[in-house]
Amino acid sequence: MAIKEDRLLDARGLLCPMPIVKAGKEMKTLQAGQVLKILATDRGAIADMPAWAEDTENHFLEWHEEDGALAFYIRKGEDAS
Amino acid sequence: MLQEAALGADQIREIVREEIQRAMKKDPASKKAAIIASKGTLDWAYPPLILATAAAAAGMEVAVFFTFYGLTIIHKDFEKKLKVSPTGNPAMPMPVPMPDILTGMPGMVTMATSMMKSKFSKKKVAGIGELLDVARESGVRLIACQMTMDVFEYDQKDFIDGVEFAGAAAFLSEARKGHITLFI
Repeated sequence: MAIKEDRLLDARGLLCPMPIVKAGKEMKTLQAGQVLKILATDRGAIADMPAWAEDTENHFLEWHEEDGALAFYIRKGEDAS
Repeated sequence: MLQEAALGADQIREIVREEIQRAMKKDPASKKAAIIASKGTLDWAYPPLILATAAAAAGMEVAVFFTFYGLTIIHKDFEKKLKVSPTGNPAMPMPVPMPDILTGMPGMVTMATSMMKSKFSKKKVAGIGELLDVARESGVRLIACQMTMDVFEYDQKDFIDGVEFAGAAAFLSEARKGHITLFI
């Protein structure tokens, strides 16, 4: 089942901590319930994205590999800032 | 009362777990981090700044207390002053294996520093300047230790904009309010 994102963030080529720094900035501009898709190449993000989503009260939906990059889907939580 | 008595041990455990989770969520200490940065080499400038910016991105209030050689990280001339020494660091990758008697030769620190800088920029690791910018933008408090500043004869003007000045008690006051405290 494909998830439709409301916003796409290209964090390819960036290393820790920049993918989550950029994701944090981008997420602030979204409404609760909207989905942010993040493309990254930093393999540390596989563990970092779900952990960051939990800490910020957002909902980590899924991740998969896509054209040589990692694609993460996070839904903005009701209580997230 | 009768109904409560009928709860099984598993249900009670589940209720307790939920209550604890709810209480932890509201715990302000889970949203606060205090970090000490005590080292003044380029390699050791990264960990406190990476953790501080990552914590800020996770919605935490962060204070980094720079003391002793760590003051170099927030010095206006940090680009020039932060260097890497290969001496006494057998884990540092070198083009050829080298004993300390050679890594101590003149020019080796410059070589190791430019090697690390070019490797980091090739891999697109954020620079120290960029991490400091992200830290300040995301509300990380950068605090210089006044006592070591006085010992090393630094002036408040020697530091980048946005730096605060304080002592050990100020750090402890921050640290006691957060679950995360790190000495780096």
